[in-house]
Formats: sequence, C-alpha cells, structure tokens
Amino acid sequence: MCLFRDMMSYFPEEVLEHVFDFLTSHRDRNAVSLVCKSWYSLERFSREKVFIGNCYAVNPERLIARFPRVRSLTLKGKPHFADFNLVPHDWGGDVYPWIEAMTKNGINLEELRLKRMLVSDESLELLAKSFPNFKSLVLVSCEGFTTDGLAAIASNCRFLRELDLQENEVDDRKGHWLSCFPDSCTSLVSLNFACLKGEVNVAALERLVARCHNLRSLRVNHAVPLEALQKILVKAPQINDLGTGSFVHDPDSETSKKMKNTLENCKSVRSLSGFLDVNPHCLPAVYPICTDLTSLNLSYAPGIYSNELIKLICHCKKLERLWILDTIGDKGLGAVASTCKELQELRVFPSDLYGADNAAAVTEEGLVSISAGCPKLNSLLYFCQQMTNAALITVAKNCPNFIRFRLCTLNPVIPDAVTNLPLDEGFGAIVQSCKGLKRLSVSGRLTDQVFLYIGMYAEQLEMLSIAFAGDSDKGMLYVLNGCKKLKKLEIRDSPFGNAALLSDMGKYETMRSLWMSSCEVTYGACKTLAEKMPTLNVEIINEGEDQVEASSSPDARHRVEKMYLYRTLVGPRRDAPDFVWTL
Amino acid sequence: MLSDNPRPGGALISGRPMSILSREEENDDNYMVISSEESSSYPDSELELGLALSLGGGGKGKSKPPAAAAEAAAGGVYWERYARILTAEDFRSVVSTKAPSSSSSSSSSTVTKANNNSTNGCCGTKRTAESPTSPPGRSPISQVVGWPPVRTYRMNSLANAKSPITEDFFSATDKCKSNNVITSLDNKTNNGGIVTDNSTANEKVFVKKSLFVKVNMDGIPIGRKVDLNAHSCYQTLARSLDEMFRPSVSLLAKRSSVEETLRLLDGLSEFVLTYEDKDGDWMLVGDVPWQLFLISVRRLRIMKKTEANGLGPGSHEKNRRQLTVHI
Repeated sequence: MCLFRDMMSYFPEEVLEHVFDFLTSHRDRNAVSLVCKSWYSLERFSREKVFIGNCYAVNPERLIARFPRVRSLTLKGKPHFADFNLVPHDWGGDVYPWIEAMTKNGINLEELRLKRMLVSDESLELLAKSFPNFKSLVLVSCEGFTTDGLAAIASNCRFLRELDLQENEVDDRKGHWLSCFPDSCTSLVSLNFACLKGEVNVAALERLVARCHNLRSLRVNHAVPLEALQKILVKAPQINDLGTGSFVHDPDSETSKKMKNTLENCKSVRSLSGFLDVNPHCLPAVYPICTDLTSLNLSYAPGIYSNELIKLICHCKKLERLWILDTIGDKGLGAVASTCKELQELRVFPSDLYGADNAAAVTEEGLVSISAGCPKLNSLLYFCQQMTNAALITVAKNCPNFIRFRLCTLNPVIPDAVTNLPLDEGFGAIVQSCKGLKRLSVSGRLTDQVFLYIGMYAEQLEMLSIAFAGDSDKGMLYVLNGCKKLKKLEIRDSPFGNAALLSDMGKYETMRSLWMSSCEVTYGACKTLAEKMPTLNVEIINEGEDQVEASSSPDARHRVEKMYLYRTLVGPRRDAPDFVWTL
Repeated sequence: MLSDNPRPGGALISGRPMSILSREEENDDNYMVISSEESSSYPDSELELGLALSLGGGGKGKSKPPAAAAEAAAGGVYWERYARILTAEDFRSVVSTKAPSSSSSSSSSTVTKANNNSTNGCCGTKRTAESPTSPPGRSPISQVVGWPPVRTYRMNSLANAKSPITEDFFSATDKCKSNNVITSLDNKTNNGGIVTDNSTANEKVFVKKSLFVKVNMDGIPIGRKVDLNAHSCYQTLARSLDEMFRPSVSLLAKRSSVEETLRLLDGLSEFVLTYEDKDGDWMLVGDVPWQLFLISVRRLRIMKKTEANGLGPGSHEKNRRQLTVHI
C-alpha cells in the first residue's frame, strides 16, 4: 500500500492529468477526486465537463470556485414529476444565475445542457453574447423561451455546432430565427428544432444546410414539408440522423419519387424520427434507409396504422432503439420481435389518452413477444392496457439484462388481468432476475409485498417511481432500507406516512432527492425532518386546494400535498416562490 | 385558513380544478380548450365546464354536462369519452369481482383499502369518489393529474395531431374541390383518390378529438360554436356555418327566408369569414392549407365585408396550392 502511494506521487502532475483525461464519466472523476488532496486539486483544475443532477444542490459560485476550467455544464432543474404537471411552472430552476455567474467569472463555456429548467430569452441572449467559443446548446423539456432567444443564439454564436431542442415548450414569435444564422456560419453539426410549433424560413434552412458540410443531425419541425425536405437532403447526403417534418404527399407524385431517390443517396442515416404529420402511403420512400437504421422514433406519428408500421419495421433488421405508439398493437410487436434481433431499447407510448377502452392499445402479450425475440433488450418504457404476473415472470426470464424497466398501466391500479391479483409477483421476478437494474417504475395494483421484493433484490437500483401503490409505511421502509444505491425516489398517491419518512433520516443524504405527493406525510413530520437534517432542503409546495395562508402556520397534523426534499451544500434556496416553503 | 377537513372533497385535481392536463395560463394549444384565454372569461364557456369534474356534484358548481355537446350536431367526439382513469367506483368493481381465495389476506386488505379510500381518500382521485354521478359501466368524467405519466409536450402533440391522412382524406378533399391540401404540383393527382389499401379497412378508425371554436357573426348577438375537426376542408365548414347562421340572418333581415347561401368563401357576398390566429391577428379564412389552419385558429368571425378592409378582399383567392412560407 505504502509503496503504491509513493509510486503514484513520483508521477508528475502532467502525467496524472493525462491519465485523468481518459476518465470521461463524471462518477469516475468524482471518485478520483476523493482519493487524496493532491488528486482532488489536480482533478478539479483539469475538469472540463461538470454534471449537476440537481441545480439546487450547489450554486454557481461553488461550481466556479471548484472547477474554474469548466467548459461543459449539464444542469437539471425541476423534479421529474414536473413533466406530468405536478409541479407549478414558476417553481424554480432558472438557469440565468448560472449563466450570469459564469459570465462574470470569465468561464470559457462551450457547452450547456439543460433539463427541466426555466430558460428565458434573456438567459439565451446573455449566453450568446458572453461566450465566444460557445458550441453546443441542448435543451430538454425546458420552457420560458421564445424563438427570439433562438435568434440570439443563431446570430451570435459564431462557432455553434449543436442546437438541440427536445420536447420544449417554445413560444413562437414569428421572427425568422433560422435566417439569423449568418452566411459565415458553417460549423453546424447538429440542428434539432422538431419541437417548434411555428413556421420556419425553409429557404434559409436550405442555404444553411448547404453550407454546413459537417452537418450530421437534422431534425425539422412540422412546418417543413416533404418537398422542402427533399431539396434539403440533396445538399446533405452525409446525414446521420434525420427527423422529418411533415411527411405528407401524394405517393405517386414526382416529389415522392424524388424523395425516395434522395434518401437512397443518404447512405449514412442511422437514426430516423419525425413524421409529425404523415401520409402512411408515403412511407415506402424511407425503405431504402431502413436497412441500416439503428434508431427509429415514430412516437409522434399517430397516423400510421399497425399494418403500415409492420411493413416499415420489417425492413429494419438492425434496429437497436425503437420508440413507437401503442397503435402498433400486440401483433405489431410480434413483428418487431421477429425482425429486430438487435433491439436494446423499446418505448411504447399511449396514442389515445382519452378513451378508456382503446382497442389499439398493447397488452402483456406484446411485451412477452418482444422479450422472447429480443434477448438484448435492456431498456423499456411500456404503456399498456393490462398486464399479468405470468407475463412479467416470463419477461424476467427472457431478458435478465434490464437496466431500465418502466411499466405504466393506463389504469394505474389495474390488477393482473387474468388472476386479479396484485402485480407484486411479476415485478418481484423482474428485480430478482435483472441484477443490473438501475431504474424502475411500477404500476398496477401493488401491495407492500412488491416493495419487499424491491428492497431485497434491487441492489443496483438508483431511481424508483411509485404511483398508487402499497398498503402501509412498511412498503416505503422496505425500499429505504433495502436499496443501498438509491438516488431518486418519487412517490405519488400512496399511503406512506411519517413513520416511513422519519425512520432513517440519514438515508436522504445518500440520495439526490425524494418526492412525495398525495401521500400521508404531515407538516409536523416534514418540519421535524428539516430541523434534524440541515443538509437537506425540505420543500413544501403549497398551492391550490391545499393552500394555507402564508400568515398562519399550518397545524402539524395537516397533511402535506407535495413535498420535495433534496440534499444540498448551500442551504435553502433564495429564489423559492411564495408557494414553496423551505422548512 | 385551515379547513377542518384537510382533504376537501369535490374538486379532483389538487390546485387545478378546471384544467386537466394542460396549462391554461400560457399554453394556447390546450388540447381540449382550444379557444384562447379570453374565452375562459366568457360566462358560458361550456368547453371548460364540460371538462370540469362533475363528480360528486361538488367542484365549482358548474358541473352540468355541456350543452355544447348537444349542439355539436357536427358530431364531434362524445363528451363523455374522457380519460377516466380511476375512481373508487373502479376499485370496488375491480376488487369485488372474483377475489381469489388463495390470497385472502391480500384481497381483504385491498377491499378494506378501497373502502377506506372512499372515505379518507389517500389517493388524489379518490376524494371525488363519494358519489360518482355516471351510470355504472360508463366512463365517468374524471381525471387524474399526471396520469398516464406522459410529458406535457407529448400530450399536446398528440392532442393536436390530425387523424391519419388516409385515402379517405384525399377523396374528401377532392370532393371539396379546393386546393388547400398539400397536393403535388404535377398533374399526376388522380381524381379518384389513392388506391385503397384493403388492410386499412380493418383498422380502427382514429377518432378525431373535437376542436370547438366560437363563431360570431356581425350583427347577431348570440354566437355559436363549431367543431372544426368535423370538417376536412373549408367548403364543408362554410356550408355548416351557413346553415348555422342563415336562420338568424333571415330573422334579422326580417325576411321569411334567405334564398342564397352566405357564400362565405368566394368574396362575392356581403360577408367574409375571418379567424383569429394564435398570435391574435385576424386573418381571412382560406389562405393556408386546412391542416395549418386547424393548428392556428382560435376563433371565427363572420365579418361584414365593409369591416374587413385591412384583410384584403382578394387575398383568399391567391393560389392555395402553395404552402404559406414566410421569407
């Protein structure tokens, strides 16, 4: 031991730094920085990419103090359930203070990746004007900005390589943001504006693509029609990842034929998405690129019937990732299972959110077929009409490699469709078989038993989502006591209360966050927890029906509607709105 | 002020009794409430009422089934077909049927739970389950916030998504003989529509959601509502509006009947059909392809031609083959 330590100290710092360069995962770098003081110091000056999973766990000042050479920052803001309207919009997660602080401290920011953050046009403008080497902006599930902000980015970021907008709510200001890319901009590698709702200047887009010879990824929005896309693709045959806009045309027309020819020329396309508006009869135009496709996302295309989907998928033998709507049906999933032997990730989204009896939805049969045909499957998101324990047990046997397993029954408390029992045994089989499971979402009728299984077997579990499940505090306790690697726990509408919350308060310091809404925890218990654990921020979201007047202090027995707690190094946040109380 | 009952009954969704899965403050594309924020201030905004949770007769008291549903002769989706996810009624039916004897303990505990839930309502939705108003077997009008857990963005996209553009669409628009569909610019469009693929006949027809917007006509005090998704082109819409308003016009004009149609689209009658788009601008109906129109329309207004100066009387006659592209 001693010898080893001495040997390491003989290495000059430059060598160690060079070694550290090979460590790309932030976890590895975090681990390295804990070894000793000199490694800590070395590591922090050489770290260029920083990942902050909860923007309120630290603050911009601390980030800059520790990592002065940071070039790439990833930030996540709102809790996950914000995606489903459980968190008010102005809850927080504003990126502006981060950008401002980095500007003031001369950080040479090149890349910013944000998820569930509040991004204003001012933030984007400041970003665009402050960092001359800025190269990459990725916004996922963010809001607060308009196309004016995008115009600022386009105009000012001379070396922009990547502008990737995924599922953001963007206000369209009718400006011509695309036209704001100057003629001198030739550096774009990735451009994704599929989520924008408004018109774009198609001619400007064409010119932009023509001069960006390194463009690898292009995802357009619905306002770009098929004819225009065809012309654009002629200028970009090197494209790797294509997201179509509107794919509607008369399939017998010249344009459709041209599209097919153009696509035949795009021999590098490996990822296909879009079809935001589609005439299924036009789909054969994409068959030429299907053979080498590894990723296919048709989850925004409700207009394609199962048979047409099957015809398309039969060409995609190399598919590794498939995102689809449940219109594919169990039969369609059977076709996927026979064709896509390399499949690793499958997401089946619900197409009809309004009908209770959706004949086109998928059931446990589809999932079983997939598991039988695709042994490499490791990631699943499956919205289904019904499920059975037997099916889950079979799936667990067929696919022991799951890393992510998220099952959502459309009726959140539906029991086993055949036996009417809870789905405890099925999920139990999954956690027992899949030793590498890191993320799990359960649904359907579930008792405390499923949590006993999860606590016992899910040793690698990092994120667990629970809704309408369990009978008593025991359920939550099984999880808290058993899952040693748990980082994020989110629970809604389940009968877990104070006893479970307070049993092991230290546990929360080992986790990133805990969300509990519509459970049985009371104000008093939350207050106790906050008092005993100063390294946690215990926030109560106080709104709506449950609203308590600010002046009065609620009764300790008052049930808390929404609680979000997270570990932090910087104490209560100063930007919490009125309705968020940090206890 | 703290209420004695920490779980007030009635309203279903914590904090948002009216909105379902949308953000009414800023999102123009609320998938159910298509009219803009202004319309929510109208006293008889049946659209919102229809969506309001009528369970338990509580909520905000305006829980009658929307009259607009009956009025929607254009035949939109039945109002009752909402995303009913669960109520205690569901639990009872689920649990009470064939409870297996082998796991009596779990079944009894679930039964107890269901019963308990109707009173202490530990789950968000069960609060309303006291007196479900819908008949058994029918989907009650209720909703769970955030279930199924699908990102708002995706929800809105699906809601705004049009029904599949199958060969029916093309033949319907052929009948409309308008060029507002994205047709090819060459001569190969076959008049009879695309050759039918028989397989589609067996597929479930994708039901369009209703897209009700208000329609007001100059000179007529009472407005109407029309379901845009019940139409596939401007012609049928114009016909429908004509049927709606002609009786009122004749009444106003004190004539026994109005012989001619209002001829809303051809620019020759005394009225023009306009719409307010999501930016708040008033535009002439008919310029953009139908699908694009559906995305941006907020409400309609039948204007007197004399009032419509700024909109340009000839503008709707420009070539509809081309998509509107802003340069």
